[in-house]
Amino acid sequence: MIFTYFKRITKAGFINFWRSGFLSFAAIIVLTLSLTVFGTLIFGSAFGRTLIEEVKAKVDINVYFTLNAQESNILEFKKTIEKIPEVDKVEYISREQALASFKDKWKDNTLILQGLTEIGNNPFPAVLNIKAKEPSQYANIANFLDSKNLLSKDGVSIIDKVNYNQNKLVIDRLGKIIPAVEKVGSILSIILVIVAVIITFNTIRLIIYTAKDEISVMKLVGASNAYIRGPFVMSGTMYGLISAILTLIALALFSFYGDMAIVKFAGVESVGDFGLIINVFSRYFLNNFGQIFGIIMGSGIVLGAISSYLAVRRYLKV
Amino acid sequence: MIYFDKVTKVYPDESVALDEVSFSVEPKEFVTIVGHSGAGKTTLMKMLIAEDRPTEGTIFFESKDIHCLKKGEMNKLRRRIGTVFQDFRLIPNKTAYENIAFAMEVSGHTDKEIASDVPYVLDLVDLGNKLWNFPHQLSGGEKQRVAIARAIVNQPDIIIADEPTGSIDPVNSYGIIKILQKINELGTTVLLTTHNKGVVDTVGGRVLTMERGKIIRDDKDGKYIL
Repeated sequence: MIFTYFKRITKAGFINFWRSGFLSFAAIIVLTLSLTVFGTLIFGSAFGRTLIEEVKAKVDINVYFTLNAQESNILEFKKTIEKIPEVDKVEYISREQALASFKDKWKDNTLILQGLTEIGNNPFPAVLNIKAKEPSQYANIANFLDSKNLLSKDGVSIIDKVNYNQNKLVIDRLGKIIPAVEKVGSILSIILVIVAVIITFNTIRLIIYTAKDEISVMKLVGASNAYIRGPFVMSGTMYGLISAILTLIALALFSFYGDMAIVKFAGVESVGDFGLIINVFSRYFLNNFGQIFGIIMGSGIVLGAISSYLAVRRYLKV
Repeated sequence: MIYFDKVTKVYPDESVALDEVSFSVEPKEFVTIVGHSGAGKTTLMKMLIAEDRPTEGTIFFESKDIHCLKKGEMNKLRRRIGTVFQDFRLIPNKTAYENIAFAMEVSGHTDKEIASDVPYVLDLVDLGNKLWNFPHQLSGGEKQRVAIARAIVNQPDIIIADEPTGSIDPVNSYGIIKILQKINELGTTVLLTTHNKGVVDTVGGRVLTMERGKIIRDDKDGKYIL
């Protein structure tokens, strides 16, 4: 009996969906647009996160040591810095590594390499490259570095300079801008999602309004609320399912063509500077396909079914 | 079988549709309710199928107050009442077959029973060749016959027909009344409202006359006096 019941509800839902023609088409369009808003928010936040991470990765503090600083002192200092809770990573670049890196970078420029040979000695100091967990924490790390008066055996400071003050303005601004961008993004996302849900609900409510006489007739022949509501919820689920499939196709196309558009607009050199931006959308889409599929499909089906369920409810009071 | 006990209906705009109406209907009776438009005939029918609630008074169906029934009991009661309306009230996106099948589905009939009974009942109302027509593809008389087929398919205890001939031509009207009479002869109670004298003359039987929400006459021999 239960099987027959569900079979009839499912069949009636499919028939309603098919026979409603234009109304079903309108519902699918509106639902697809709403789901596209969800999808755009997902991609927008992914793109924003990537950009923020990229910028964060470029912010650091470099501690330059004097040329006669002992490596053992520097490594000991490195261990001390690593113990600071705000510090994410400390990288030691020895004088030799700095020289090798410089040579490699300018290997095609004979003039610069010749100049280096003429200097004779290695002019590059050893460096500690410090990365904080958050941009706002660089100030604390800089204060710590200032408070440390690291001296060599002969009583001379082995720290030549700390570049925090040169970068301070950029670091401070990023520390303020990034949380603000994240906050505004979240608020905008919530508003857009609410708008999309309201528009979808109202569209489905209008569709069901056209069937209000039909619902009252069903009630008068003795149909239970569940038996009347079932086919409408089934049609709503189908709106959601088809809209989700269309949205996923649109997002797939957007992710691949969007990447190409970014490369085109940003120019090849800029893209080279921001390596992570290359294929950011398509990479995100492929790496997180399961999650995106779940969110879009789940939102579509839940939105379609719940909107139909709620819209029918007000006409069942006969 | 049916008992209206001092039923009053006052709408929010203070208009009185029914004013302390009391009457009873016995099983297998054919009762015609006549009266001008606005006399309260349709309101009375709506009360009987619980489409509307009385302001005061009680309506009993087999000694049960129908407005105190629980939702499930109300659905069961409605399955025992066949309804025919002036505006047909067919489900527009279902075919004639599906409209009737729906009434059988909600009463718990099997697919096999539906497949055998629906064509049979449509044959009875002379629409055996219009099984798969949608309501918009049928004439007024045909729609009303589909509505009657839907009303009788579950073999209800009573059929309520509210102005069933109001939207159709005299020839079709005569056919509809003949079908209702035949159903009554087979043992189903029929409650019919009309303001058509010809219909009353054709049917005969008990006639209740309504005016301004009151029953002013209850004749056993089919008189139309207004």
